[in-house]
Amino acid sequence: MEVLLFGITRDIVGSDKISIASEESPETVAHLKEWLEQRYGGLSALRSLAVAVDNEYADDSTALTSSMEVALIPPVSGG
Amino acid sequence: MVEIVEQININKAYRHLQANGAGGINVFVGTVRDHANGKTVVGLEFEAYVPMALKEMKRIAELACEKWPLERVVIQHVTGMKEPGEAVVVTGASSAHRDASFEACRFLIDELKKSVPIWKKEYYEDNSIWVNAHP
Repeated sequence: MEVLLFGITRDIVGSDKISIASEESPETVAHLKEWLEQRYGGLSALRSLAVAVDNEYADDSTALTSSMEVALIPPVSGG
Repeated sequence: MVEIVEQININKAYRHLQANGAGGINVFVGTVRDHANGKTVVGLEFEAYVPMALKEMKRIAELACEKWPLERVVIQHVTGMKEPGEAVVVTGASSAHRDASFEACRFLIDELKKSVPIWKKEYYEDNSIWVNAHP
């Protein structure tokens, strides 16, 4: 699974995406957040961290599969 | 009309809003301010998750059209590096009577700021920060 990164999450991770091996692939958005926060401590310090699945905001319970487009959405600041 | 662009085009936005049935057109233009938190801002850099940002902008535009009787709606947002004074976002609405376009125009920019996946980095004279990222 690949996770797209934007804004400060890209700076924290040091890359514009994270690849997760299929045997470690998280089953839900909540699992993905846990997996990420264990590895990248800086993510826990953000005001909020949303996950988008196929270009829409997803709930913690949303199930993930490798064919989905998954992205981290740190606090937005457009306008 | 929703779009992510390198340069705001206010004339294009205005032309889109013109309609024979419209008695009022409102346009909001957001620009780069040269100060924030007591510091001098030398520039803002905008980044968008483009496909999702367009989808979210479209959702907000449709929501506005459900809430008010509008003729046309516009949301334009830039990406890239912008200097103080430059336009970075336009929201606009036209309607038969002015109240609807005033209210809708404000709704569009307020909702954009809440949910559209666009991020700005503020550059000061000595450093830079992602706006709003930390509590």
